Amino acid sequence: MTIFELTWRWMSDPEQWQGPDGIPARLIEHLWYSALALAIAAAIALPLGLFIGHTRRAAFLAVNSANAARALPTLGLLMLVVLAAGVGLLPVLVALIALAIPPILVNTYAGIRAVDADVVDASKGVGMTGMQVLTKVEMPLAVPLILLGLRTAAIQIVSTATIAAYVSLGGLGRFIVDGLARRDYELVAGGAVLVALLAVVTQAAFVLLQRTTSAKVRGT
Amino acid sequence: MSDWLDWDWLASHGELFAALTGDHLYLSILPVIGGLLISLPLGLACVRWPRIYPPVLGTTSVLYALPSLALFVLLIDFTGFEPLTVMIPLTIYTLSVLVPNVVDGLRSVPDPVRQAATAMGFAGIRRLLQVELPIAVPVIMAGLRVATVANISLVSVGAIIGIGGLGQLFTEGFQRGFPTEIAAGVALIVALAVAADALLVIVQRVLTPWSRA
Repeated sequence: MTIFELTWRWMSDPEQWQGPDGIPARLIEHLWYSALALAIAAAIALPLGLFIGHTRRAAFLAVNSANAARALPTLGLLMLVVLAAGVGLLPVLVALIALAIPPILVNTYAGIRAVDADVVDASKGVGMTGMQVLTKVEMPLAVPLILLGLRTAAIQIVSTATIAAYVSLGGLGRFIVDGLARRDYELVAGGAVLVALLAVVTQAAFVLLQRTTSAKVRGT
Repeated sequence: MSDWLDWDWLASHGELFAALTGDHLYLSILPVIGGLLISLPLGLACVRWPRIYPPVLGTTSVLYALPSLALFVLLIDFTGFEPLTVMIPLTIYTLSVLVPNVVDGLRSVPDPVRQAATAMGFAGIRRLLQVELPIAVPVIMAGLRVATVANISLVSVGAIIGIGGLGQLFTEGFQRGFPTEIAAGVALIVALAVAADALLVIVQRVLTPWSRA
């Protein structure tokens, strides 16, 4: 039997659609971890990226440490925090936030940095304060790159939230990890297909958002 | 659990670390090479026939979004619990990162340079290999560095299905509740990624001697 037949058989079983171990409940858990992690990572990395881009301060240090942080293996980080702080939402959030900060930070910085220096000069020339230059000129121009960073972060979070199940949390990874443990291939395939679908939908949602905002910037 | 770093354990497991590091390198670097070998002709084709680029780019960006664990477990059915099961998804990720860079790199070759090369008698494959590709090297290398670091970090997820190189230290350490083992894995993976990245920077300097001025 192929993966798709297995997945279809699993998904068409009405029992999978109810209860705390049903598909909707696991999907909501998965989205909850992902959204929370993305929001916190953005709350940290966006202001930092804006600050570094605007002031050009500590840029070398920040960009290089962000790149080095990309090498951090999320699974190992997750397990270390679980051993230190116990099972719960905290370790999953820490691991996912660490994963999401580098792309948001680096792209926000690059977006602000790429704003034409003449445009910034002109804005200062017409009497804008530093804050006004940042919020009214640099930020709108940097939106496409900032969104790209958020999109990369979101996709990585949604994909990686799967491993939360390995340390006994919920989410769609539960099906994969439980299926592997029970050698229930139907469950494994179903879970894998669902996570892949969710990642692709997340990607499509961000592409749509990028198109709408870039249309707005162009004024069409 | 009381003492976080058991130095005696670390000191007595050098051979294990060396063996797992070897596995880890094999699992992560081979897909980088495979991805490069596929993305070069694919990128060239996209530059020559620009119409195929949007669908290729669309496909690679969807493939990139697929979660590694999902791909690993879906492939088990076809390739079994073998290194290939981990290496195929990593090759796909490498490819997704590299194709846009190969295309951008080749498109960054200024037209006057191409015309000058043609005027000097460079044509076809020779112009490509001796003029266009070298100029595209910095952009391609930037993609190669991202893919290499990402692969080295991602291989460890394979430990969940039993093929994860240094990731084995994570699953074992976690089952035993032994943080030292996990910390050793994290440190070795980060060190490996940083070393590989530094090596690629050196390779780039060797390949583009003109940029050292």
